[in-house]
Amino acid sequence: MTAPSPVHQRPMLEINRLEKRFGDTEVLKSIDLRVQPGELVFVIGPSGSGKSTMLRCCNRLEEPSAGTILLDGEHVTDCRGAALDRMRLKIGMVFQGFHLYPHKSVLDNVMLAQLRALKRPKAEAKARAMEMLSHVGLAHKADAMPSELSGGQQQRVAIARALALDPKVMLFDEPTSALDPELVGSVLKVMRQLRDEGMTMLVVSHEMGFAREAADRVVFMDGGVVVEAGPPEAIFGNPQSDRLKSFLARVSKAEE
Amino acid sequence: MRFLETFFNGAVMAKYLPDLLSAIVTTLWLSAVILVLGLSLGLALACLRSLGRWYLTLPIVAFADIGRALPPLVVILIFYFGLPGLGISLSGPAVLILVLSGVLAAFAEEIFWAGLTAVPKGQWEAGRATGLSFARTLFEIALPQAIRLGIPPLVNRALAITKMTALGSVIGVKEILSVSSSAQSFSGSATPLTMAALAYLAIFLPAVLLSRLLERRYSWAV
Repeated sequence: MTAPSPVHQRPMLEINRLEKRFGDTEVLKSIDLRVQPGELVFVIGPSGSGKSTMLRCCNRLEEPSAGTILLDGEHVTDCRGAALDRMRLKIGMVFQGFHLYPHKSVLDNVMLAQLRALKRPKAEAKARAMEMLSHVGLAHKADAMPSELSGGQQQRVAIARALALDPKVMLFDEPTSALDPELVGSVLKVMRQLRDEGMTMLVVSHEMGFAREAADRVVFMDGGVVVEAGPPEAIFGNPQSDRLKSFLARVSKAEE
Repeated sequence: MRFLETFFNGAVMAKYLPDLLSAIVTTLWLSAVILVLGLSLGLALACLRSLGRWYLTLPIVAFADIGRALPPLVVILIFYFGLPGLGISLSGPAVLILVLSGVLAAFAEEIFWAGLTAVPKGQWEAGRATGLSFARTLFEIALPQAIRLGIPPLVNRALAITKMTALGSVIGVKEILSVSSSAQSFSGSATPLTMAALAYLAIFLPAVLLSRLLERRYSWAV
């Protein structure tokens, strides 16, 4: 009998030597990052560090200048046209500004891509939309228009809209930065619930408290590079680099 | 009494009413054709422009700018009296439809385009990030919002241009103004012109009211 080979789990999301330039400005300088299935990876860093750009490269809202991105072993960076549209179905994204469609009801917001991109039958899409809306606690708002909802509710609808497509990974781009402080909790609660259900998540956010308690791994970016990465206890409790130390000091001063 | 005799002479009214009714029908169908052609061409051009290819954008912008700059009457006269010199003879109604729907298309393209550029970039990103194609995102997300923004100026422009069917009177189209002004010459009474004014009101006042309903129907708080 041969010994079983060690299990090498394939990362759900794999970013290899990712570079991004805007003209002469180098925003990302060879980023490497792996997100394992079911892992919640939190990206922190000062503004302008390239963390949002890195996230937006993952579904090609931003076109990488160099490097590769793989989702569950499949190349995201090679996709063109309709293949890219199909790939994006597997990558959920939540924006800082929610971006719900103002001319469509909450239910239609969650159904649109299911019908038009995933080609689900209407009844199935509706059932799935209602399921996701209950999941984020907003089934009773299905017939409301986005403008009738609070920011926190809008963001939860946006999360439901992404989840309804059954993505393999969820990208969160500063999901709570545009919210009034008292509404932040409701969105974080949904994110924690997602994490507990085993969703793979890559989160760019300034919610350090949430990172500390919910993240499996924290990545600190500055100046377009990953400076430090590790479990939250290490990143927050025992920062190694001067840049991370001074960033954490600035953040904790701001939070006081 | 003299006022009524001049502008509301019963005998003259009775005599020219049948002619005027058929002229109203002519004005109505000309307007309808111009509206449908002009608005759909304008919409199509704005959609093509949104593709962002210079070889499409350049001729579209040229068409929109020239179409908005030229007085329609000049173009109508050139088409009606000039084209036969090239062996192309178009009827009065054909020239009117061609020129006015072209002018409406030029304005409509600019209005739809302005609406499209006013749709926040995040709307496009949300659509594309959920796997919708460019065309789907344009038609399902961007255009409905652009059209809503464009409705007030579109309605104004559409009314202004359909009223220009009166320019058909200079190239022999039997629409309201030409019929009533020839009736005025024959009868020596201003009454047919009054009838024309009433006819225009009967057509365009409901259109104005309808447009108010439309604006309310398409408004939603953002």
